[in-house]
Amino acid sequence: MKSIVAEHLVRTYRNGEVKALDDLSLDVEEGTVLSVLGPNGAGKTTVVRILSTLLTPDSGSATVGGIDVIKHPEKVREIIGLSGQYAAVDETLTGWDNLVMFGRLYHLGKKASIARADELLERFSLTDSARRPIKTYSGGMRRRLDLAASLIVQPKVLFLDEPTTGLDPRGRQEMWGVIEELVKGGVTLLLTTQYLDEADQLADDIIVVDHGKVIARGTSDALKKQVGGERLEVVVDQAHIASTMEAVAKVSGHAASLDEGLRKVSAPVTTGATALIEVLRLLDAAGIHPLDVALKRPSLDDVFMSLTGHVAEDQVIVIDNARGKKKNKNSEAKS
Amino acid sequence: MNALMDALVITKRQLLQLARVPEVLIFSTIQPVMFVLLFRYVFGGSIATGDPGGYVQLLMPGIFVQTTAFTLAATASGLAEDMTKGLIDRFRSLPISRSALVFGRTLGDGLLNVVVLAVMGLAGFIVGWRPSSGIFKIGLAFIFLLAFGYSLSWVGIFAGLSARDARVVQNMSFLITFPLTFLSNAFAPTTGMPRPLQYVAEWNPVSTMVAACRELFGLQNHFGATANSFPSQHPLTMSLIYMVVILAIFVPLSVRKYSRANKK
Repeated sequence: MKSIVAEHLVRTYRNGEVKALDDLSLDVEEGTVLSVLGPNGAGKTTVVRILSTLLTPDSGSATVGGIDVIKHPEKVREIIGLSGQYAAVDETLTGWDNLVMFGRLYHLGKKASIARADELLERFSLTDSARRPIKTYSGGMRRRLDLAASLIVQPKVLFLDEPTTGLDPRGRQEMWGVIEELVKGGVTLLLTTQYLDEADQLADDIIVVDHGKVIARGTSDALKKQVGGERLEVVVDQAHIASTMEAVAKVSGHAASLDEGLRKVSAPVTTGATALIEVLRLLDAAGIHPLDVALKRPSLDDVFMSLTGHVAEDQVIVIDNARGKKKNKNSEAKS
Repeated sequence: MNALMDALVITKRQLLQLARVPEVLIFSTIQPVMFVLLFRYVFGGSIATGDPGGYVQLLMPGIFVQTTAFTLAATASGLAEDMTKGLIDRFRSLPISRSALVFGRTLGDGLLNVVVLAVMGLAGFIVGWRPSSGIFKIGLAFIFLLAFGYSLSWVGIFAGLSARDARVVQNMSFLITFPLTFLSNAFAPTTGMPRPLQYVAEWNPVSTMVAACRELFGLQNHFGATANSFPSQHPLTMSLIYMVVILAIFVPLSVRKYSRANKK
């Protein structure tokens, strides 16, 4: 059975000037994870906001758990959990205060709300900081608490909008662990992300979105294949280019290509680290000492290059993401 | 029934916030008390009222009304902060009544006013304020003040939902409330103003509220009306009309705006 179905969603902003969604359709099988992958401004957040009843589409239809999100939003709200890009909790209150409050708003009753709050804090390793104001939490803790708040009534369908954007690597790992636990519990999950590895780690299915359109759909393996997998790259002295190309081609099984300016020889490979060892052996045997050797995994940029033939338009922002959180925050607000 | 319960949960949230950050409550009471002291001792000596009780008798109703008018800013910036932090999205994705959040907030701000007015009343008493009308009328005056604050709270809700940034909302609300409270009979007689301003001051809801409170506290002096106009003759009735009109406009408008918030 399909838990989430969206058909031909169109949504524009500023009186039609900005087309956030352009005939976007997707569906998620019950109990599975779909990742919506795309750069900032691709329409990911808009999809989530429509499916979680926060926004109405200009046209198109959608159901969540078999319920029409446009006709019966109040019923949809009873079966979904939403955790957005920002930790949507009251920062002056403690973690415990927040969860109890949300429990009351789900009409659990006082005792049940308290019990549920304690249980969730325990589960997300937040018991020690339960009585501290959220203001004092780290980014990762905030996100976990935010996620906990969206799980108060054990939703059938969960929406996570960029759950790890802005987190440090450790926070990210923790978040992944928590999400994987949830998925084992059988929840249907729709997750948006800018990171291919995140989609790879968590999702059964991936759709790649650009300019409000689905440009590719498949498992992460299928997508990577489409991108062409890993590339072996070797940089050498001008004198050794010819023999290096030979060696790389031998390891790859494909013709090697050359970036003359950078003196970089590269070719697609499928054997991962083994290819690295092989090529080093061959070069060593020939007495060539490479200046640089690398195995490049496909990035979101590569996915875009290969799927659309253009670099993700928010290239600048993608670079900012790598540099730090601050700029990232500004660009997030736009998406 | 659920809607009311939801609203009360939101109100409780605000009280919890005050308990967690008590400085907010302390400063929101210190400020009006400071106004009481400043006006009482800075202007009190130079404004002759002709009343036996002196300036402080006229001043207190004015400051009470001014303080309740500032509820507008408090509500607006509190709500705007929720909006910008994404908290509103969470509330809106919950299976609760659409009006619960805004109703809850106006109730919370109303409760805060109870505390603030009580502290101010006490401060006023210490510096010589002595209402002479009897307990019933004094109580009625305070109910009037709370109702006035509550109705302005709804204007604050609308302002908070309209703006993009909490700081902008705060500044904007002060831009509205400051002229509103000073272009009135709250602190000085309107008779000293240029003629056109006198009319504005006379019809200003703050003036009618101040005049109404003075009446309920047992004072005759309305700080001089420019003519025998309706608001100067019937400040109580006029204030009631203003509150009803404000609520009739801003409650539906705000609830509507809230359900559509972020749908632009």
